[in-house]
Amino acid sequence: MELSADYLREKLQRDLEAEHVEVEDTTPNRCASSFRVLVVSAKFEGKPLLQRHRLVNTCLAEELQHIHAFEQKTLTPEQWTREQQK
Amino acid sequence: MSGSLGRVAVALLRWGRGAGSGGLQGPGVRTAGSGGGGGGGSAEQLDALVKKDKVVVFLKGTPEKPQCGFSNAVVQILRLHGVRDYAAYNVLDDPQLRQGIKDYSNWPTIPQVFLNGEFVGGCDILLQMHQNGDLVEELRKLGIRSALLDEKKDQDSK
Repeated sequence: MELSADYLREKLQRDLEAEHVEVEDTTPNRCASSFRVLVVSAKFEGKPLLQRHRLVNTCLAEELQHIHAFEQKTLTPEQWTREQQK
Repeated sequence: MSGSLGRVAVALLRWGRGAGSGGLQGPGVRTAGSGGGGGGGSAEQLDALVKKDKVVVFLKGTPEKPQCGFSNAVVQILRLHGVRDYAAYNVLDDPQLRQGIKDYSNWPTIPQVFLNGEFVGGCDILLQMHQNGDLVEELRKLGIRSALLDEKKDQDSK
């Protein structure tokens, strides 16, 4: 299975209709395949953190079986705008 | 954000030094074994396990010796809030528990945190709850007063 940052980014963008996705391959810091993702999607609106993370986990269910460490941040477009203004 | 993250990092360092001398474990922290009937992987067993204590965590390693950075972060966040009385299960001791808890909570990674029998999330979620104040509130609902409240009061009164 191909597990590149680009692959994960495209999949998240497509499946979660994300307007912004950042994927960082953190593997060099760790002992096995690791990623950190930021997903900005309107699909997260009105959803608590747990449900947002579950959406991401579901989207990458197959890939996560081969990923050792996975960090995620899930924002709505509104939150993302505010974050950028900081 | 960077402030509270920094605090966790500081705690990590402190812990790193302390762990070497051994026996820094808080009096209330129980490193709960996964045994007691062998193979704690079934949904019924796990259901009972997560409901047995108000705060339950599943870690790689133990609170005094976490074997993974994310598990360590969970331990340190609980420590910052002065949560001493929690049950910790080491999934590295029990492959059945390791897979079973993932299936039970439908969550692909370890660590996992349960409050009052309810799945809360992993390290990222606990960290964000710590940062946005939700954790203080959730602990309060369980009758646990976060130590950070007292710390804040001290600062305010100065």
